[in-house]
Formats: sequence, C-alpha cells, structure tokens
Amino acid sequence: MIWDWAFAFEILPVLGRAAIVTIEATLLGFIIAALLGLVLAVVRIAVPWTGWTISVLVELIRSTPLLIQIFFLYFVLPKFGVVLDAFTAGVLAIGIHYAAYCSEVYRAGFDNIHRGQWEAAIALNLSSWTTFKDIIIPQAIPPIVPALGNYLVALFKETPLLSAIAVLELMQTAKIIGSETFRYTEPITLVGLFFLAMSLVSAALIRSLEGVLNRRTMR
Amino acid sequence: MTEQPMVRFENVSKRYGALTVLDGLDLEIKRGEKVSVIGPSGSGKTTVLRMLMTLETINDGVIWVEGEPLTHMHRNGKLVPADINHIRKIRAKIGMVFQSFNLFPHMTAMANCIEAPITVLGMKRADAEARAADLLEMVGLGQKKGHYPSQLSGGQQQRVAIARALAMRPKIMLFDEVTSALDPELVGEVLEVIRKLGREHDLTMLMVTHQMGFAKEFSDRVCFFHAGKICEQGPPKELFGAPKNERTQQFLRAVLEAG
Repeated sequence: MIWDWAFAFEILPVLGRAAIVTIEATLLGFIIAALLGLVLAVVRIAVPWTGWTISVLVELIRSTPLLIQIFFLYFVLPKFGVVLDAFTAGVLAIGIHYAAYCSEVYRAGFDNIHRGQWEAAIALNLSSWTTFKDIIIPQAIPPIVPALGNYLVALFKETPLLSAIAVLELMQTAKIIGSETFRYTEPITLVGLFFLAMSLVSAALIRSLEGVLNRRTMR
Repeated sequence: MTEQPMVRFENVSKRYGALTVLDGLDLEIKRGEKVSVIGPSGSGKTTVLRMLMTLETINDGVIWVEGEPLTHMHRNGKLVPADINHIRKIRAKIGMVFQSFNLFPHMTAMANCIEAPITVLGMKRADAEARAADLLEMVGLGQKKGHYPSQLSGGQQQRVAIARALAMRPKIMLFDEVTSALDPELVGEVLEVIRKLGREHDLTMLMVTHQMGFAKEFSDRVCFFHAGKICEQGPPKELFGAPKNERTQQFLRAVLEAG
C-alpha cells in the first residue's frame, strides 16, 4: 500500500504548524491587498492626475508573474539596501500583487455608484473624505464582496509560491518532509486536502457574508 | 446704496466642446426672491442651477453670492479661479434638491438629514437630530424618521431631500425639476412643502420647473431660457399673461397644448 496512515499522522503536527503560517500569510496578504487596493482606487478618483500613473502601475503588476515579484522583493531589493525576511517579502509581494486586482474591483464598485450620489454630497458640502467614508464606500463595497472573496481564495491558493523563497509554509514544509523521508504521497496529499477544505470553507463564509450584506442593503 | 444681490451671474458662459450651453448669462437674484426658470429642454436652464451648486465648472464669467465670488477668489487684487476651500466656504450658503432625489439609500431619513450637519457644520448629534426631527415634521414626515428611502414613496423621498438640504441652513435653495420624476398624484405634496417654505422662510429660491401653474402662482419672477440665453423675463403675470417674445409665445402655447 502506498498510503501509510501512521506516517500521515506522524507528520500532521508539523504540517499543522505550517498551515498556521499559510493562513497568516493569506490573511496578512489579503489585508494588504484589500486596503492598498482601496487606497489605489480612491486616490485614482480623488486625485485625477494620478490616474495614468496608477493605471500603468496596476497593469505592470497584473501583467507580470507573482513569482517574479516575490523574487524581486526578496532577492533584488536588498541590492538597494532594503533587506526583508522571507515571510515579510513574500506577504508584501502577494499583498501588492492582489492589491492591483482588488483596486480594479473597487473601481468597478465606485463606477456603479450613481452620479447623483456624488452630486448630493457636493450639494451638502461634504468633504471628499466624508463623501468616500460615509456615502460612496458603504454603497460600493457590498456588491463587490463576492469578487473580493474570490481574490481571497485565489490569493490563498497562491501562497505555496512562498516556498520558492523558503518560507516555512505548508508547501515548503511538505517538500522538506518529502526530501528527508523520500515519501511525498502523504505530505503533498495532505497539503492538497488542506487547501481544498479551506477553500470550500472560505467560499461558504463569503456566501453567507454576501447574504448578510444583501439583506442589509435591500432594506 | 442698494442691497447686494443674493446671486449674480456675470457674463457666465458654459461650453461642452463646440456646444455652447450658456452664452454670456447675466442674472441677478435679490435676497428672498423666488425665481422660476422655464424653457425647452437643452436651453441651459438646469445648467444655471448646476453651475451655482458648483456641480459644473464655468468657462467664462464670474458667479457672485452675496457679493463674494463663488467661482473665483481675490488674490493680490485679482480674481483667480477659486480653490476647494473657498468654494466650500461660499457654497455652504446654497442647498439643492434634485429631480432624482439623490437620497443616500443606505441611510434612514433621519441619518440623511444629520450627516452633513454633523460632519460639515460640526453639530452635536443630539442637536442635529433635534433639528432634523423638526424639519422632517415640517415636511410632514415626522413619523418616517427611521425609514429608508426604499421604504418611502417618491413624494416622501423628495420631501426628505428638501429637509436634508434645509438642515444645512442654506440662504439659497435650488430646485431642479423636483417634481418631474414623480407620479402625478405625488406632485402636490412636494409643491405644498415648497409653498410653505416660501411663506415661512426668508429663503432665496431658484427653481427649474415644468409646472407652469406653480411657477405662475409661486414666483416673483420667471425667466424664459432659449438656446443658452434668457429670452424674456418678468413677473409671472406679464410673462404668462402677455409674453412679448415670439419664442416665449411659442413655448407657452406648446406647453398649454400638452396640458
């Protein structure tokens, strides 16, 4: 038999610790992506002359592989005096990469806000900060939660790329177990199952969040 | 010395590319005056309101509010285009009600009415709520404070929008075809609120309207716009009773026929 239950149970605790690193990287990466993406989208509207620069930046990030960006932050930035540890560099790269995607999602959300909402905000003399914070963002976010959620799951599934710069997340840990014991079947399968389970759970969570948000805005 | 006009358009032009929407507009509105703007669509009448609310920039001229420039500011003895701080200071005197209401759909009627007083005027929540409650009462919606716009009829939404604009204590109120999006049976309740405002408040009002009957009865002066210019203006009795300009006559005839 190629599947050894005893071995699988033996490596579970190690993989469990690595899973925590994966989840940390996912959450931190997504927080960066969601916030930076929002900042990019807001700045593009609030400061019109930045539009072109931000478009180029977003296109540049979306059109190059994430792996290259990870390598860039980890191996190239130190040449300019910026030394980041592997986890930080990896999380930053993932966050920035997905921020580019998220900013487009936010932009679509903002585009969907009726022009009259902006005009009412002007007529009430609201500052641009208040307009975004109280009027535009609360209306723009609920419809784009599913799209943002998809990027959360996509980002999560890309965290194994961090193994390329030796972050001890799930994939890297599985590879180490494999190379030390010459048994790849159990660690790789368990890692795959973990990703499957987590993806399904997150998808379900996003769906219920979507439901809550829809109920609130349909009032 | 005569009193400063509340609003003065001085040779104001608005162009979209090759299209001239307003051509050298000169218009003065006195404090407390109620002015109706009528005219065919595309005549630039809504643009007048939108420029005054700073929703549109202007290409030429200066708009003055109580003797201060709105679109410009004084710097080294010259008039230069206004920055956002100056614009916000002057436009605080102006409120606007829109054809499509433009209430904030994620906020209750009450929240719609206290948002700007709290964030812009810095009012305490309790004070803002008390004032908003009075205003909602005044527009006949005292019982609907906790309702969301989607739970209100068009006429009710528009009355909330009027209360929301009044909560900022404007000196000038702009009404942009405020009954055009309403079912006929809801027009009356909104006009009644505007009448009441006219009676009880010393507001300067400028309204674009298709309700000729209301313009006739309510306004001190009616301006007929055609092709980006004021074609004819005067007291409603004269303009509706004995229009001098041929275009005004044509327009009024067409409107009357349409019923």
